Amino acid sequence: MRKVTLVLDDGTKFHGESFGYEKPVAGEVVFNTAMMGYPESLTDPSYAGQMMVLTYPLVGNYGVPAFSVEPNGIATFMESDKIHAEAIIVSNYSTEYSHWNAKESLADWLKREQVPGITGIDTRQLTKVLREHGVMMGKILFDDEPDNIPTAQYEGVNYIDKVSCKEVIRYNEGAGKKVVLVDCGVKNNIIRCLIKRGVEVIRVPWNYDFNNLEFDGLFLANGPGDPDTAGEAVENIRKFLANPNVRPCMGICMGNQLLSKAAGAKIYKLKYGHRSHNQPVRQVGTNRCFITSQNHGYAVDNDTIPADWEPLFINMNDGSNEGIRHKKNPWFSAQFHPEAASGPVDTEFMFDDFVKLL
Amino acid sequence: MNMNINNSTNNVTSPAPTGEGKEGVRKVLLLGSGALKIGEAGEFDYSGSQALKALKEEGIETILINPNIATVQTSEGVADKIYFLPVTPFFVEKVIQKERPQGILLAFGGQTALNCGVALYEQKILEKYNVQVLGTPVQAIIDTEDRELFVKKLDEIDVKTIKSQACETIEEARAAAKELGYPVIIRAAYALGGLGSGFCDTEEELNKLAEKAFSFSPQVLVEKSLKGWKEIEYEVVRDRFDNCITVCNMENFDPLGIHTGESIVIAPSQTLTNSEYHKLRALAIKIIRHIGIVGECNVQYAFDPESEDYRVIEVNARLSRSSALASKATGYPLAFVAAKLGLGYGLFDLKNSVTKKTSAFFEPALDYVVCKIPRWDLGKFRGVDRELGSSMKSVGEVMAIGRTFEEAIQKGLRMIGQGLHGFVGNKELTIEDIDGSLKAPTDKRILVVEKALQLGYTIDQIHDLTKIDKWFLQKLMNILKTNIELQKRGSLENVDAELMRLAKVQGFTDFQIARAIGLEQQIDAEDALMQVRKVRKAMGIVPVVKQIDTLAAEYPAQTNYLYVTYSGVANDIEYENDKKSIIVLGSGAYRIGSSVEFDWCGVQALNTIRKEGYRSVMINYNPETVSTDYDMCDRLYFDELTFERVMDIIELENPHGVIVSTGGQIPNNLAMRLNGENVPILGTTPESIDNCEDRDKFSAMCDRIGVDQPAWAALTSMDDINEFIQRVGFPVLVRPSYVLSGAAMNVCSNQDELERFLKLAANVSKKHPVVVSSFIEHAKEVEMDAVAKDGEIIAYAISEHIEFAGVHSGDATIQFPPQKLYVETMRRIKKISRQIAKELNISGPFNIQYLAKDNDIKVIECNLRASRSFPFVSKVLKINLIELATRIMLGLPVEKPHKNLFDVEYVGIKASQFSFNRLQKADPVLGVDMASTGEVGCIGDDTASALLCSMLSVGQRIPEKNILLSTGTGKQKAEMLDAARMLKAHGYNLFATGGTSKYLTDNGIENTLVYWPSEEGMQPQALDMLHRKEIDMVVNVPKDLTVGELDNGYKIRRAAIDLNIPLITNPRLASAFINAFCNKSLDDIEIKAWQEF
Repeated sequence: MRKVTLVLDDGTKFHGESFGYEKPVAGEVVFNTAMMGYPESLTDPSYAGQMMVLTYPLVGNYGVPAFSVEPNGIATFMESDKIHAEAIIVSNYSTEYSHWNAKESLADWLKREQVPGITGIDTRQLTKVLREHGVMMGKILFDDEPDNIPTAQYEGVNYIDKVSCKEVIRYNEGAGKKVVLVDCGVKNNIIRCLIKRGVEVIRVPWNYDFNNLEFDGLFLANGPGDPDTAGEAVENIRKFLANPNVRPCMGICMGNQLLSKAAGAKIYKLKYGHRSHNQPVRQVGTNRCFITSQNHGYAVDNDTIPADWEPLFINMNDGSNEGIRHKKNPWFSAQFHPEAASGPVDTEFMFDDFVKLL
Repeated sequence: MNMNINNSTNNVTSPAPTGEGKEGVRKVLLLGSGALKIGEAGEFDYSGSQALKALKEEGIETILINPNIATVQTSEGVADKIYFLPVTPFFVEKVIQKERPQGILLAFGGQTALNCGVALYEQKILEKYNVQVLGTPVQAIIDTEDRELFVKKLDEIDVKTIKSQACETIEEARAAAKELGYPVIIRAAYALGGLGSGFCDTEEELNKLAEKAFSFSPQVLVEKSLKGWKEIEYEVVRDRFDNCITVCNMENFDPLGIHTGESIVIAPSQTLTNSEYHKLRALAIKIIRHIGIVGECNVQYAFDPESEDYRVIEVNARLSRSSALASKATGYPLAFVAAKLGLGYGLFDLKNSVTKKTSAFFEPALDYVVCKIPRWDLGKFRGVDRELGSSMKSVGEVMAIGRTFEEAIQKGLRMIGQGLHGFVGNKELTIEDIDGSLKAPTDKRILVVEKALQLGYTIDQIHDLTKIDKWFLQKLMNILKTNIELQKRGSLENVDAELMRLAKVQGFTDFQIARAIGLEQQIDAEDALMQVRKVRKAMGIVPVVKQIDTLAAEYPAQTNYLYVTYSGVANDIEYENDKKSIIVLGSGAYRIGSSVEFDWCGVQALNTIRKEGYRSVMINYNPETVSTDYDMCDRLYFDELTFERVMDIIELENPHGVIVSTGGQIPNNLAMRLNGENVPILGTTPESIDNCEDRDKFSAMCDRIGVDQPAWAALTSMDDINEFIQRVGFPVLVRPSYVLSGAAMNVCSNQDELERFLKLAANVSKKHPVVVSSFIEHAKEVEMDAVAKDGEIIAYAISEHIEFAGVHSGDATIQFPPQKLYVETMRRIKKISRQIAKELNISGPFNIQYLAKDNDIKVIECNLRASRSFPFVSKVLKINLIELATRIMLGLPVEKPHKNLFDVEYVGIKASQFSFNRLQKADPVLGVDMASTGEVGCIGDDTASALLCSMLSVGQRIPEKNILLSTGTGKQKAEMLDAARMLKAHGYNLFATGGTSKYLTDNGIENTLVYWPSEEGMQPQALDMLHRKEIDMVVNVPKDLTVGELDNGYKIRRAAIDLNIPLITNPRLASAFINAFCNKSLDDIEIKAWQEF
């Protein structure tokens, strides 16, 4: 295996070996403490532009399932149509895998999709550096090609536009209530969770003005990057909120941030994001707590939530906002991922709540 | 608005305010698990101690009932009041009556406490005294314990369990099999020993097998075969607000069919996808909610390796071995949290005790892999069935932490302490039938896998035979490949840094590397490994120390819970280098001969070190212990006790000193080598330890100071042995240095036995001498546990065995203070002990074992370390001998205690717990090799009270009416005569086999003659009476101490064990017990807490 070096913006270096596609790459380095779910995470569009560090050291154990597509156009096992992460950084890649459902190794998949993967990195130490410093840009360099240096920019880039669908796609047509799904980089499992509940999904590009469509509810999906780059989407949501025909709305992750922005709240970048399967949230004003899957680098500022809105969930570790709701209207959102994939499925009931409201 | 964020259970309506439920409970009773036994060991000392800590923090008064005197939880300051009494409804009711607690905790003392709790509930004793069960309600416990209720309960929520269908015809069997899906298992109902059962893959096979089964029984059970399925466990926590978390999941290396206590276990699971992991997680939460657990439980699944199909195997509604393991594996204190939840807290009220900042409502993220490996001691039992199966036989376990699977498993294999250097580099093993051994695993299973890989078996072949997931086999193959690569290099110079690092990352020790490159053959093994170490360090390849912080470094954590790994570039902690660290070496895996008592010693040392302002550092790797609770010390290295690893840690800590005398033999054995590296060993010098451990040096010293020892010699030929025996006479104690099979030590009474034993067990040669010593019969065995400073004894305890010498001191019943020892004997023992202490210039704990016959005293053994009986004598004497010893080792001033054993106005009796019921086919007889798995110690105002309590605590029962006697040789028969007479006088019916019957009749004691199994056709047969449960107690004294063939006595003893009939095999213990229950009724035993004596 070829030797590589991960160089962070602050100059810190980590030496390892390449096991994926062999090309130098740059991106925002983020860590994820989930202990499984690398096929789901890699195909999560929210990772666009980022190099994903897994703190769990053993990766690749169960290989990768077939990248098959169901008749409705959604991948059977994956969260989108391709790997979105720029690279994957692990401590101990397992060259051999074992699973009944595996079709190929993680290495083969990465090579097929031309995504670098590196192993032999002390990902715990790397995580500590990121924790102290905050997320950083980083580069993977091949030691035998010292002059081949990639560049990249993360902040200010509209990744949402890069990963969103380009035209309207309908799923489960004629099934029943119509839900507009604003695709900021939607994960397939959100669509699966909606379809499973017998609604028609109208998936629209992130900046599409859906207000003219005929629909019963609005769903704001997850997505990568900075919510400030999605001004058009916020405008469309504002129009929806102002419509006297009040219809239910639910948002997830980026959707929570866009809904909050539309309502008038402010967003800030976290020092290092929440990326794991074990984030505890508490429903405000109750004794009900949930373990959630999260993947975000920005958060809604609780202190800026307007008077007719209120926080719905709070992160029990750092007190940050994990969702909001309107005090009167059926509008609510979660910063975490009720659709899981990957992660715990404890909050999937939110889809039930949403569909019941339609 | 109408939005309602509702969770799926829909049963949390306006929860009561936090704090309710906590009120009114000011005094809580906790039930312990009693003696350590197979299936119920040190893990419950850990969980009980944590629960007591949690209650104490709330200002709740705590009462503990646990006869296990060697535990940490029964130490001063852990519970407010401690009762060393049997955990049985009878005694627990008496304590409740006296103490009137408002609450009781049942989930922290294993199955013993749970069963006792259910009995108390069913007998309405809890109701009678208005005692509230805290945590999981008893009904929920019953729902999980009763198989039928359990299946019904899970059916209600459509969760699949393992069910068998009873069929009366072959058609029904076919239909059932079709419904369940092939393969199925067929069992003939009501047939013992698995007659007529088997696997069927097709209907054709079923037809054949079912026909056969119906010939055995009118009813056949058809069950889905889950052979080869994965076994997965989840540890789940729920509070009364219905909030749930799963703290950890674990995957068994061995597939279904091997008890999880017998399996290597990995945490977290390694071969499950996200979807599988969360499917099982969600099910676990659904189950815990439906059953209504408040606290912690464990859900075990069988999981199809070819789909996402599953079955729930069982739910343990209590803290368990797995929960202790999960706590250590993740740093999440399950027992502590469960106790708080029992008091009514919500998970959101509690903090993560590692970070102290984040919430206890979270699921730990691991950034390492954990490997648990069981430790067996099957070699100690004659005739035992070695095949692993659905019942547990292991006596202990270890947990290894690494950042690669290879590292973790190699560490773990070394930790179990059975001479392994890891997965490779071990002594060549001869295995006759590899395929057969792979298919039918024994305690040697991992070695068989290694052998097979070495012989070129493919991973697929091994997988087919073992059903071990290929991923694990591939990882093992990696280790083997690296070993082969090292072998190819052939010398240290040819090992480059890359290969060296790879080997270290895969958990190779310097020794394994030295052996692979052949260095060990050229020079002394210890020098070889030091040379590898030197070269390796010069390459800059050194291990790093990482924290276990529950959150994979996401949040800063000040945790002191550490492990050592080669997969890393930086240490997580900064070292002070202030010479304030004191390292205590722990005792490793629990095994026969070394268990919780050394954990107690280690913890006492840590406490004292802390109290005196030093930094207490523990190295240990046993997940069943309190010493590996990161609360107990300032820094915990959950890592190996090999010379290499201990040196790694010493180099980082740069300690003031190292304590090797509180962890049993493992640290003791390291003393000389550490000394060789100029490590400061606290207390008695390593030279003195060596002078004591080395048989020749010790003998020379004894001769010099005029202390007598039984005659002994290390001999290398049969002629020498015969010559020696001619001089000292039979019987002799024979101790081979190289054991071929079975027992390691034996007493031989005549030439015949001697030759048979040596042929069977030992290989006498120049390289492997046999130590033969004269065996003195009918001698008393006396123990001296003491603490000395600069050669002067500061405090001591002399205790006396009830059995005569010949029963291993770890199996003997011990009374302290001595009740039947001559004053002269005591005086002489004190004098000799003083001489030895002075001669070896002891500073710290030590133990000497003596033989006393008349007033003639001989030394059998001397250990310059704490012994098994330290907690017992410390607690009975109420002087903490380890605290005293530690102060001495720290160089602090100590005063001689003002009292000694002559001031003690009560009696402590330590009795041994045997686990023969778990060890199929083993002969339940005691000898010179230790067989007990645990012990209890009870205190009474008189010998009878103390003996009754301790005997009942280890599973004896007071017989109702019928007693079966076979009392051995003439001398032994005579010893039992008074007891037999007493039994008769108290209205018992005596049944006796031939010789015993005649002897009793001759002595005018009425009895019924019963026949041995070999006396076929004669009636009544002793075995029949046992099977009909007509006998309440068996006293069966083997004629001599030699290896018995499968004889009459064995059949009677084994039947007693298998039928759960109390059995005593020693005449002196039997007499003492009979005396006690004939002269003292249980109702007359005064219920007194330890503090009240």
